[in-house]
Amino acid sequence: MFDDFFIRALVAGLGVALVTGPLGCFVIWRRLSFFAGTLAHSSLLGVTLAFSFDINISFSVLLISSAVALILLRLQKTTKLPSDALLGLLAHSSLAIGLVVIGFLSYIRFDIMGLLFGDILAVNKKDLLVIWVGGAIILLVLKLIWKPLFASTVNYELAEAEGMKPEKTNAVFTILMAAIIAISIKMVGILLITGMLIIPAAMARNLANNPKQMIIISIIGGLLAVVLGLYSSLEFNTASGPSIITAALVLFILSMFNIKKFKQLKK
Amino acid sequence: MSLNNNILVKLENTGVMLDNKWLVKGVSLEVKKGKIVTLIGPNGSGKSTTAKIALGIYKNIEGKVEKFTDKIGYVPQKISIDWTLPIRVSDFMSLTEVLTNDEINNALKLTGVEHLKNNDLRNLSGGEFQRVLIARAISKKPDLLVLDEPVQGVDFKGELALYELIKEISEKLGCGILLISHDLHVVMSATDHVLCLNGHVCCSGTPHAVVKDSKYKELFGDRASTILSVYEHDHDHTHSPDGTIETKK
Repeated sequence: MFDDFFIRALVAGLGVALVTGPLGCFVIWRRLSFFAGTLAHSSLLGVTLAFSFDINISFSVLLISSAVALILLRLQKTTKLPSDALLGLLAHSSLAIGLVVIGFLSYIRFDIMGLLFGDILAVNKKDLLVIWVGGAIILLVLKLIWKPLFASTVNYELAEAEGMKPEKTNAVFTILMAAIIAISIKMVGILLITGMLIIPAAMARNLANNPKQMIIISIIGGLLAVVLGLYSSLEFNTASGPSIITAALVLFILSMFNIKKFKQLKK
Repeated sequence: MSLNNNILVKLENTGVMLDNKWLVKGVSLEVKKGKIVTLIGPNGSGKSTTAKIALGIYKNIEGKVEKFTDKIGYVPQKISIDWTLPIRVSDFMSLTEVLTNDEINNALKLTGVEHLKNNDLRNLSGGEFQRVLIARAISKKPDLLVLDEPVQGVDFKGELALYELIKEISEKLGCGILLISHDLHVVMSATDHVLCLNGHVCCSGTPHAVVKDSKYKELFGDRASTILSVYEHDHDHTHSPDGTIETKK
């Protein structure tokens, strides 16, 4: 059944949505959307390095994204610049370096559009394996660090005081972020992966009243966005990655209506 | 535990420097099982900082901190919950500990906010939130409680009740308490050991000793030293809400 490119795309997309759902909630709770964007931007460098040295794309993106995250943590401690300035610095310089390296690799034909916006329809069976195995590992680790991670999200000092070791947990979480970007880059692309993290979670925020509920709604929203997006891209012959994000946006808008109606009913 | 005389946490000549300024310096103290140690002092004198040193929140400190327990309940002075996070009181209760439903209910009942269990944490009033914070800290049955102005914003009647609860819990669980409070009445009546801070330890000792210290009078004014005598009349009766005297058994 995985011989059909569309089925492959669907299975890949659903796999990614399962992971971006919970991670996206943490991105929103911890105000990390710009951080996620920075990691995504830096992944272009990872992709070009993968081509240069002929190594696995996901692996090299994971490597570069983790490195950028570690550099960020270091810079935050040693400079007096605010975090958003540092993030901008890292995002755009790594993107620029990535593009410069592409220039040197003129002997390879690059599908820049595919990199920037994803090409989910070109997903092969090996990619599926990476997404589902990688995704399962990410979810497992997330479950293991759930308690300390959530505690330090609510209040860092409280978590630290009561022995939750938030520093360690935050480092693990950063690597998980790099990992999800690494495995999903092929599907939605560098510029849109942040949308996949944020939009379903934002939609869930509109509907949920406790953290676990928000995560479940976020996952469901992501899955729906993938299905709706892919089918409509088939129907209207549009690019698949952007179609998925657009579908997610539509769901977000619908969730806003829901709130208004709900409030009116309450009155 | 018996090896170190029931000490839960011990600070030896500790201090924190931030941006070339000492927040607090040269503080030594120890909290033992079943004992209440209180930090008093004016604003900015380093009370919360000292508590955070004891909790291990500050990493780069002078001196030495030794903790002999990991079961710690902390009520911070300030805590703000981000509106991006949907969280109910019951979610907050089991933040750092796995609790059964009963344990959550019991703790909330003790601080009088059981009815708020399913409310959104950010819709509570200041006093209600404070009660939830205390309930959360005691629900995990800690060895060490660190309470940073635990009853701020709580109504007068609740304040006394909560202090009594805190004392009761320290006796029942046998846990040690590090308390920060501006309420000198309570401090002097319920504490085993008082540290008077003003960037450093001004004076310390039993409440009796501290009140008589000239440095204490300098810091808090002459009236503060009369507190003990006012409060320490033998309480052999209680007052019912309408003012009649009820004799204690």
